Amino acid sequence: MEEILGLVIARYNYWIYITLMMVGLYGMIAKNNLVKKIVGMNIFQTAIILFYVSIGVKKGATIPIIEHSHDVAHQAVRAADYINPLPHVLMLTAIVVSVATLGVALAVAVTVYQRHQTLEEDEILKQIREP
Amino acid sequence: MNVHYPALLVIIPLLASFFISAAGWLRPVWCFPLAVAAMAGSLLVSLGLLVDVLLGIPGLYWFGGWPPPWGIYYRVDHLNTLVLVIIAAVGFVNLMAARPTVERDFPEKAGPFYTLYVLFVTGLLGMVVTGDAFNLYVLLEIAAITGYALIALGKGRAALSSLHYIFMGTIGACFYLLGVGYLYIVTGSLNMEDISRLLQPLHGSNVVIVAFVIMMVGIWLKMGFFPLHAWLPNAYTYAPSPVSSLVAPLMTKVMVYVMIRMILTVFTLDYAFLVLKLNDAVVWLAVIAIVAGSLLALAEKDVKRMLTYIVVAEVGYMVGGFWLGNRAGFTGAVLHIVNDALMTFCLFLAVGNIIHVKGNSRLESLSGLFRTMPWTMGALVVGALSIIGVPPTCGFFSKWYLLLGAIQSGHYGFLAALLGSSLVGVVLFFRIFEIGYFEPLGASHGPAHGEGGAAVREAPLGMLVPLWITALSLILVGLYTGEIVGRVIRHAIPEMML
Amino acid sequence: MEPLPSLKPLLAVLVSLGVVPILMSSRSANVREAWTFGAAGLKFLLVLAMLPTVLEGRELVCTLAEVLPGVAFRLRVDALGMLFALVASSLWIITSAYSIGYMRGLQEHGQTRYFCFFALALSATIGAAFSANLFTLYLFYEMLSFATYPLVTHHQDAEARRSGRKYLLYIVGSSIGLVLPAMIFSYHLSGTLEFTSQGFLPRAGSPVLLGVLLFMFLFGFAKAAVMPLHAWLPAAMVAPTPVSALLHAVAVVKVGVFCILRVLTGVFGLDLLASFHLGAAVACVAAFTIIVASLIALTQNELKRLLAFSTIGQLSYIVLGAALLSPKALVGGMVHIAMHAFGKITLFFCAGAIYVATRKKYLSDLVGIGKRMPVTMAAFFVGALSVIGLPPTGGFLSKWYLVLGTLQAHQWPMLVVILTSSLLNAAYFFPIVYRAFFFQGDQSLSDNTTQEAPLWCLVPLIITAVCTILFFFYPFPFLRLAELAGL
Repeated sequence: MEEILGLVIARYNYWIYITLMMVGLYGMIAKNNLVKKIVGMNIFQTAIILFYVSIGVKKGATIPIIEHSHDVAHQAVRAADYINPLPHVLMLTAIVVSVATLGVALAVAVTVYQRHQTLEEDEILKQIREP
Repeated sequence: MNVHYPALLVIIPLLASFFISAAGWLRPVWCFPLAVAAMAGSLLVSLGLLVDVLLGIPGLYWFGGWPPPWGIYYRVDHLNTLVLVIIAAVGFVNLMAARPTVERDFPEKAGPFYTLYVLFVTGLLGMVVTGDAFNLYVLLEIAAITGYALIALGKGRAALSSLHYIFMGTIGACFYLLGVGYLYIVTGSLNMEDISRLLQPLHGSNVVIVAFVIMMVGIWLKMGFFPLHAWLPNAYTYAPSPVSSLVAPLMTKVMVYVMIRMILTVFTLDYAFLVLKLNDAVVWLAVIAIVAGSLLALAEKDVKRMLTYIVVAEVGYMVGGFWLGNRAGFTGAVLHIVNDALMTFCLFLAVGNIIHVKGNSRLESLSGLFRTMPWTMGALVVGALSIIGVPPTCGFFSKWYLLLGAIQSGHYGFLAALLGSSLVGVVLFFRIFEIGYFEPLGASHGPAHGEGGAAVREAPLGMLVPLWITALSLILVGLYTGEIVGRVIRHAIPEMML
Repeated sequence: MEPLPSLKPLLAVLVSLGVVPILMSSRSANVREAWTFGAAGLKFLLVLAMLPTVLEGRELVCTLAEVLPGVAFRLRVDALGMLFALVASSLWIITSAYSIGYMRGLQEHGQTRYFCFFALALSATIGAAFSANLFTLYLFYEMLSFATYPLVTHHQDAEARRSGRKYLLYIVGSSIGLVLPAMIFSYHLSGTLEFTSQGFLPRAGSPVLLGVLLFMFLFGFAKAAVMPLHAWLPAAMVAPTPVSALLHAVAVVKVGVFCILRVLTGVFGLDLLASFHLGAAVACVAAFTIIVASLIALTQNELKRLLAFSTIGQLSYIVLGAALLSPKALVGGMVHIAMHAFGKITLFFCAGAIYVATRKKYLSDLVGIGKRMPVTMAAFFVGALSVIGLPPTGGFLSKWYLVLGTLQAHQWPMLVVILTSSLLNAAYFFPIVYRAFFFQGDQSLSDNTTQEAPLWCLVPLIITAVCTILFFFYPFPFLRLAELAGL
């Protein structure tokens, strides 16, 4: 019982991100509409972003912003009081990447629509196979 | 040389892309010269770095002056210096060859095209030169996203193929990111060498195993290692020729480099080969990749598509060669990164010429091409001989090392796959040569001089010169193999390798 | 003695860069042919210039690049290589003259391409003759395969296409599939590929492994047409006759057999072969080829195919000469390279001359042709004598040494093989000559006016026939070179 609690409940952030990833993957693979696939891709990327942010958390710590920063140089900072800011910074980059990918994917989807007049993948493939 | 070279390598094209983008709006005629200047700058810097490495001075750069492991750290050593030169050289030469096609087929998109082109090369160069795991992800995505956009510039099926590539490529990159995340959880660091040091006591941990596996899967997805290659044939076939001759030679090879760098520097060979004992399994996967790539290539009726399957098989060579785990195999894999980039580049350029003149690359269109496009076909012959592995072209020498590595480690399956794919290469290319050389079936003795359908002429000089520079370099690089291996690659092999 | 460094071997190979002026003068046939003669003459003179040094027992070396650890792209001129190079380069000049007569006589297309690839093929042949190690030999062997493909498929019709495929399949398939792994394995065993006088493979090795390697080399060099990898040779007869003459009687097939000689003497070494009894195995394969090829030749009705099968048999004499592991036999095999070359080329020249003059290629059509083309058929007779091995032709000399070699090695069965095949050779050659001179053919052939082939065709075949007889009386320098090589 202890173990199951330890495995599932204590590590709930892992389970959440895995579930989100699977949802995203399902969307990318099983859905027929291109925009839904793109949304699935975005969910997939977001799951990883959430995961990274979640691993920076510490018990009893606060957000990593130092108040009265102009006299911080004279005070020591106790790292244990602040949650790890590095994953946040990394994920800012990852969010930008995710948005850029989303943008490109949508632009390409627009091009596909202009060529095939539909966003349903099975119809597009049918059009391609019988020109 | 200058201490800033490792940074300049990436900064020059990055800044140039902004200017090209602006020029695309204001004065489109400046786009091409700016792009050429950027590529030339990168090429010169990479050559300078090569000279430094040969003199024994590795290029080290701390961004912002922050020392590792706090700052991002760029490093040029024996393993990546050649790859940098190749990326810059291919980027530069291809730009020259791209111009006629861009001006004829999509002149209104010249500005965005050159911007994306330069950014793509930036991403590749950065991936190879960085010493920071997360920075690698960022540059990977830069290269990937610009790649997606470049591929989508093509006609017909290009947009859909690009979309499929986006999906699979994103999964691959995200897996890589996840792997970096796991490593960060257990080590707290992102600098490759630092992670390696911190991982030493953790080799038995499950987290590290998962990180390794996820990272490998992500990297294999991005390099097109069978069976994770499904995006590759469509994406590379339907892209416009200047794009496929840029992306096809470089992207997969850089991912192979990333795999080697991750294992060598981050996880260390001990871990991959001794603790996880994955050698044999991966080499067998590589054998399957080579066989599958060769067989699928045989089934194709379009030359460009056939070449993309050859790329899949070549990836198998490099992955298998590295995972053999001995010096010869490693040398073969790293040498093949350089050689295969050159040979693939030569072949895609030649096919690009054919498409420029004939409009498509189906096998039937090649009829009588030796007479009408002798220069292009001549270069195609040189490239084909290199893929088959005929000395003195460079392809022979990397095959030599791979075969030697297979014999030394007793992996005869890999040996058979390598020899088999050479023979398949003979069949593939001589099929092309037959169509280009012989009269159509059914014609009797004596060709019809002066026939030749609609006036088919040779490709423009601007496309022939880069093609022939590349073809000649295949022979030169082959003859200089001793120098390349002895002075550069040998020093990249870790001492503990057999 | 220390080998002398020299540029001459490299220059001899590179002379065929004369291919560039040949290409550029495609518009003027005479200028183009002049370039070919110039290149051929220059190559022969360069080879000749190195002859005195080699006859003294010294070697000339030219290293181009160290491409792999322990393996360099290197040329070395020694006695055996010099012998082969002399044969090839002298016959190129003669064949060029013959080609002019043949190609112009038939008004063939694509002559510029023909002369270009001919030059490249000869360059590869000389390169192979002067190779210092297995890698360089392999390089030139492959270069020869690809340079001769456009020559074999010159006519560009459906039959040429099929033959081209067979050519590629046998020759490139075997070189990549068998020679390449065997070569790398040899490197793996000994760390070097340089030919030495005792072979470079380690003595202590498993006999099975060494045997497998030996047979991989033997069959891998399919240009030597050792059965069962011989079928490409009759198929390659679709090529124009000068191609068949020089390449498939002299250059291509001799390169194949030369490679086998190098492997037997320079890679394995006769001692190693003797200690593992591998010589006998090779000798059996060679003997099988000799007999079976001669038997098949008896059944042929097309002249060039008959000559092809005759060549297959004759090549295995050379292999047999080395496999007998006795000094006299080795000398005989090496000299046979030269003697068979001159004899066979005469026969092919005659076949081509007949085709140019009368468009006939089947034996049944050649009845009574002696009246119309007496000079040609006389030369044919001389060539046939040489191949059969009768005096006063050079072919007798090489057969003599081979016979002495079988006695020296106490191999009576091989003696029987050699004598039997000589009888078989006579059985398929003499009827041709006899019927040509003494029988009456159909009307078009037996009117008494002599209508020989053009002079450009006739003179070369007279020259080679005369040489064949000359070599009986003055076998120098081939005999001397072979003796030096066997030391």
